[in-house]
Amino acid sequence: MIGEQFLVERRDLQKLLDALQKKGYETVGPTIREGAIVYGPIASVEDLPIGWTDEQDGGRYRLKRREDSAVFGYVVGPHSWKRFLHPPVLSLWKARRNGKGFEVVPNNAEPPQYAFIGVRSCELHAIFIQDRVFTNGKFTDPHYQARRQKIFIVAVNCVQAGGTCFCVSMKTGPRATVGFDLALTEILEGQRHYFVAEVGTEKGAEILRSVPTKPAQPSDIQIAEDRVARAARQMGRHLDTTNIRELLYRNLEHPRWDEVATRCLNCANCTMVCPTCFCTTVEDVTDLTGTEAERVRKWDSCFTLDFSYVHGGSVRASARARYRQWLTHKLASWIDQFGTSGCVGCGRCITWCPVGIDITEEVRAIRQSEAAQLSERGG
Amino acid sequence: MAVTLKPQVITEVFTDPMVPVPYRVRRVRRETADTFTFEYEALDGRRFPFAPGQFNMLYLFGVGEVPISISGDPAHPELLVHTIRAVGTVTKPLCQAKPGDIIGVRGPFGSSWPVREAAGNDIVIVAGGVGLAPLRPAIYYILNHRGEYGRVVLLYGARTPGDMLYKKELAEWRGRFDLQVEVTVDAARPDEWQGNVGVVTTLIPRAHFDPHHVTALVCGPEIMMRFTILELQKRGLRDDQIYISMERNMKCAIALCGHCQYGPHFVCKDGPVFRFDRVKEIFGRREI
Ligand SMILES: Cc1cc2nc3c(=O)[nH]c(=O)nc-3n(C[C@H](O)[C@H](O)[C@H](O)COP(=O)(O)OP(=O)(O)OC[C@H]3O[C@@H](n4cnc5c(N)ncnc54)[C@H](O)[C@@H]3O)c2cc1C
Ligand code: SF4
Ligand code: SF4
Ligand code: FES
Repeated sequence: MIGEQFLVERRDLQKLLDALQKKGYETVGPTIREGAIVYGPIASVEDLPIGWTDEQDGGRYRLKRREDSAVFGYVVGPHSWKRFLHPPVLSLWKARRNGKGFEVVPNNAEPPQYAFIGVRSCELHAIFIQDRVFTNGKFTDPHYQARRQKIFIVAVNCVQAGGTCFCVSMKTGPRATVGFDLALTEILEGQRHYFVAEVGTEKGAEILRSVPTKPAQPSDIQIAEDRVARAARQMGRHLDTTNIRELLYRNLEHPRWDEVATRCLNCANCTMVCPTCFCTTVEDVTDLTGTEAERVRKWDSCFTLDFSYVHGGSVRASARARYRQWLTHKLASWIDQFGTSGCVGCGRCITWCPVGIDITEEVRAIRQSEAAQLSERGG
Repeated sequence: MAVTLKPQVITEVFTDPMVPVPYRVRRVRRETADTFTFEYEALDGRRFPFAPGQFNMLYLFGVGEVPISISGDPAHPELLVHTIRAVGTVTKPLCQAKPGDIIGVRGPFGSSWPVREAAGNDIVIVAGGVGLAPLRPAIYYILNHRGEYGRVVLLYGARTPGDMLYKKELAEWRGRFDLQVEVTVDAARPDEWQGNVGVVTTLIPRAHFDPHHVTALVCGPEIMMRFTILELQKRGLRDDQIYISMERNMKCAIALCGHCQYGPHFVCKDGPVFRFDRVKEIFGRREI
């Protein structure tokens, strides 16, 4: 059954959620909160942003009513799935004093078993990238691993691109090709509203058996493919990744870093919304009596001064150096570290930057200035 | 970069490398006004194998955790030895620990000095300030296997005579015929110091070694390492003969928190000891 495609009517989508919940999954997915589409618990299909879409551009995000009642008619918002696999705040362990010493009790709490509803292709790739960060090196993060092993992924193929999307440049979308249990392509046509569902795993096949389906005909599959191909042609942004690592390493002292530093507010938004940024700090705290201690891990960002603090001062004291760290890590040193780019082209950092700094534009500026210099030199 | 990524989840169960193990302070020795050497032993009597140059994360109950190099003898894994300078929130109270007190230890972590690979070569060790601490295990190792090396030179610079670590041991080492030990201070009153005055790099021109068959181990503040490398290059050393030890902010020591990134490297995993040619493109560059 793996690789086979089926038709699921819109009215039967709830049965998919029911089947997952019956299997013990906590279903999470897109839902509207405070003017944005974020990820949260989804009890029923009605919790999804039905009939909504989002308009995105540098520093701009706005929800808008659609003319139809599409269930997945928007792209990605400020949340990413990393908040479930790599939680923003996590207690690592607690320690209790006994005599002069102490006893450490690791946090072995069984994590929830999540079913992610509506994972976009770029987001799947972001998960694969974090798999490499957390489970593929010399050390493994047991907390990530415990969560990751259990998830069920319902991917959604994008049939419409967002204003800041560039997954095509990063080769991460818009079609989900691997790593999902089920992948849906939503089709609205006249009075018909249905999904083409592709089975990715045995687990996915089993869930789909509890949902009324019909085998998809080649013509159904073609319609789905055409919709996704249309999204690929609509990308809001482009990034030329040719020799990008060498380009950035060559230009560590480029004046553009000074220029962008005059606009960057060092707010760290870009690292918080980015689905691949993985940095954390730890806080060691005690209770009032001093007998119980705890180590809490929290998301951190290379945009803070403390991040690189060593006795005597911060290594990256200037805004220029911190922006350079972020961009060169995402697009260059990530490749050395993990054999892949750290950017999936989801556009979040562009949309959620309060001043609209655009990663694709920054790279373009550096690339073009180099090209201009070369042609000046007649080379 | 067109890499086709596949989901890669390892299904083995791992123990949590973030959990500290309790150790008891056995002995404290005062090195300087603000630097102390501690001997710790594990409450459960476990041995502690490590390689020279590696470090631990030391945890003080409820206060915090800091990276500190191991300064003991790798031939004695039953004792864990650290030399700590009291500079801030965690190191100040850590330095006040008394025998019997308990701290938490994670590790050992990181890369090590290439003492095995350097067998057959001359060795020149250049240390500045507390930088002698991470080099001491390498010195012990080399002296324990003295026959395997050619000439061995130790050059050590401290700010003042009062800032020198391991004074008794230095005196002992100076008395050996199979070791050239040169010590210098940046500044001293004539009545307290009759030795060399000047930065440690001034000792390099008169060190006895064969530049083509020598391995250099360098540790100290970045600026000191920078000038040391220049002097060593003047003596004819290639970049791949020189090893340095880097310092960066560290929160996890297991390449997961991102804090210690140094260009493409994680200092906690790929370092702290780096062969110089592997970092020369970024070494000395500001704010990397
Ligand atoms: C690999 C390695 C080996 C080290 N070996 C030794 C050693 O053998 N002896 C020794 O005395 N010191 C050593 N240090 C430096 C020591 O870790 C710092 O002095 C210590 O972290 C300062 O912490 P604090 O809380 O006392 O100071 P604060 O100034 O209060 O520091 C606050 C926080 O900043 C960070 N920080 C501050 N200074 C440094 C620093 N130099 N390096 C990394 N993080 C820092 C820590 O996260 C610390 O918790 C080593 C550092 C590294 C990276
Ligand atoms: S760097 Fe920006 S576009 Fe790339 S993955 Fe992160 S948030 Fe998305
Ligand atoms: S860009 Fe910054 S916050 Fe994001 S992973 Fe890299 S160092 Fe960490
Ligand atoms: S200290 Fe956390 S990545 Fe190196």
